[in-house]
Amino acid sequence: MAEELVPVYIMGKRYDVPPGLTIMKAMEYAGYRLVRGVGCRAGFCGACATVYRLAGDYRLRVGLACQTVVEPGMYLAQIPFYPAPRAQYDITKLQPTFATLVSLYPELLRCLGCGTCTKVCPQELDVKDIMARAMRGDIAGVADKSFDCIMCGMCVSRCPAEEAQYNIFILARRLYGRYIAPRAQHLAKRVQEIEAGLYDQDIQRLKSLSNTELRQLYNSRDIEPE
Amino acid sequence: MEWDGKMGYPPEMRESIKKVEATRPARLHETFPMMSPQEKEDILRRFHPDYIASAFREIRIGPNKGDRTPHELADLLEGRPLIDPDALDLEQIDYDTDVLVIGGGGAGSAAALLAREQGAKVIIATKLRHGDANTMMAQGGIQAADKENDSPAIHYLDVMGGGHFVNDPDLVEALVRDAPMVIQWLESLGCMFDKEPDGTMITIHGGGTSRKRMHSARDYSGAEIMRTLRDEVRSHPEDITVLEFSPAIELLMDEKGQVAGAVLQNLETGEHLVVRAKATIIATGGSGRLHYQGYPTTNHYGATGDGLVLAYRVGARLAFIDTMQYHPTGAAFPEQILGLLVTEKVRGLGAQVVNADGEQFVFPRETRDVEASAIIRECVERGKGVRTPTGMVGVWLDSPMIDMIHGPGTIARALPAMVRQFARFGIDITKEPMLVYPTLHYQNGGVAIKPDGSTGIPGLFVAGEASGGVHGRNRLMGNSLLDVVVFGRRAGRAAGQRAKEARLGRLTLEHVRAWNQQLAQAGLLETAKPSPQVLPDYTRKIR
Repeated sequence: MAEELVPVYIMGKRYDVPPGLTIMKAMEYAGYRLVRGVGCRAGFCGACATVYRLAGDYRLRVGLACQTVVEPGMYLAQIPFYPAPRAQYDITKLQPTFATLVSLYPELLRCLGCGTCTKVCPQELDVKDIMARAMRGDIAGVADKSFDCIMCGMCVSRCPAEEAQYNIFILARRLYGRYIAPRAQHLAKRVQEIEAGLYDQDIQRLKSLSNTELRQLYNSRDIEPE
Repeated sequence: MEWDGKMGYPPEMRESIKKVEATRPARLHETFPMMSPQEKEDILRRFHPDYIASAFREIRIGPNKGDRTPHELADLLEGRPLIDPDALDLEQIDYDTDVLVIGGGGAGSAAALLAREQGAKVIIATKLRHGDANTMMAQGGIQAADKENDSPAIHYLDVMGGGHFVNDPDLVEALVRDAPMVIQWLESLGCMFDKEPDGTMITIHGGGTSRKRMHSARDYSGAEIMRTLRDEVRSHPEDITVLEFSPAIELLMDEKGQVAGAVLQNLETGEHLVVRAKATIIATGGSGRLHYQGYPTTNHYGATGDGLVLAYRVGARLAFIDTMQYHPTGAAFPEQILGLLVTEKVRGLGAQVVNADGEQFVFPRETRDVEASAIIRECVERGKGVRTPTGMVGVWLDSPMIDMIHGPGTIARALPAMVRQFARFGIDITKEPMLVYPTLHYQNGGVAIKPDGSTGIPGLFVAGEASGGVHGRNRLMGNSLLDVVVFGRRAGRAAGQRAKEARLGRLTLEHVRAWNQQLAQAGLLETAKPSPQVLPDYTRKIR
């Protein structure tokens, strides 16, 4: 049985496409060879943020084109790029404080707490809450809650206070990762050992083995239990 | 109501899920035995796609003449250059730099940072946006032997065994020795690795590991590394210039036989740009978008193997281009995410692979080639796969086990990207299993390199998935993120050093003329496909 095609409106122009396609595949079905607005095609890169409306509904909806299935009557446009300011900094010369955030992004304090950002986040992050944490200087909280941000820019595009949320968030994550999260002591120790040549002999011995000897060693190696 | 793709599993698949649920309590206490070395060899020969002879052919010209590779890659390696060497004025140089990095993924970004540390001015030329790369999509983790019971030597043995003992030992040594240093570097740049409250790295097993050395950042491990490296590159705009939507379509050489930059093409305007560089690093990644043997892929839209084509035309030798990695667990349902990656971390956390009747049939953490072959056998030979409404077939990856083993909330905490991806289509992976089937994931081989990323062609370095040798015939999970950072750094450092000494002669495209002659002599000029491919074409063929 032939499938019934559904109408979608790409930037206002009607195309009839098979149901069940993602927005991205529907655009390709319609004949678009994408350069902008396409990236990993798996929901990780933030290249394909798309806004759309459905027939008879005033609400503006958002989705990633690679992860959102078309609906009949969908009116859509991709937002592949949206300008956002990024502060210049040297991560090694910063302190993990509220003062750092606000000196690099003074507009942080303009946030109205309106929640528009939260409504448009295709990752369904509570962007408003994360901004509130930033304004309290809760860098660990910003880092944790913004972790799944894919930096697609939808929040920036809709923000009435003209914030660059995703750039503030990555700054907070790097501050957290570098300064607040405790360093791995075993890692530092191992790096020192390697630099001191502690494992050179072991590796040279393995490299000097014949293929058969190496296979035997591999097949009889012990495996750390679960 | 008709099933529309957002309502989770259809009734016929639910029948099979009931069997999975029924066997789950008993399976929680069962471990399926690992295969013996002989069993592994047999199953690879009988079921791994690398052994389907008709999918390969010999390359007819160039440094690897006579070697086997998939048809799709052979066509591009024997391709016809996109530029006419007589039509491009090389006197008009658009960018003059110390180091040109082709590719803006993990390897390219790491290389740019290290070249800069050597005092070099760097240009990153990338096909799409900076960070649009397979690095961004890696979920599971990155290996490094930094725990008390582990050592670089144990890591070395795992890598060699996983690669079937044909890996380049010098490259493997570099990989495992640098690994802890690389993790520490990323930590100092602010990467948020999963840690215990005291800072100890949380590490788990991957397929083929003998120690728990898989470090992760939830299941956004690659994204976290990529966005951190990208942000660090953006912190040095005075030294590193990024040219987006500007893929390299040909390397430039000079009259002394050195690689001396590249010709880029602006994808939006079509304009050609001449970049002269004292050292050039190819970090263009893999080629999953060539869809070898018709497989779907986990790869990024830009993964079309361009770097291999460019390097091949200046005489670089390729290694292990007759082996590709098929990730055992690509999504087989729903149709919208067909072939996308379901991270190996799911199995690392204890989820088992089971058939339509809810039975285990393979140890969940065999190396990827063996695990994938076992899944193909279960579906193709034994007929114990589950069929989807669109005719795909797959087996179950029993994710709900993870919360039963490690406690409620583990899946949500450790696998947020997977939870979100399936929830978008009405599937709750904390309660329901995922249907999976092998998917094209990784180019095991590439341009042959030395531990400093050099290729034997003066001025040309290669790093990351575009290189070949470190993983032999099969890469282990967590060694690709490691590879891109280790060898990106090494190539960047070596290229930065070279840029201090290199003296370039007059630019030339003589190698392109010579290539066209070779094509003509072999009788291929008329039929040769234009290459590099740059982007796949998924448009419906319209009138």
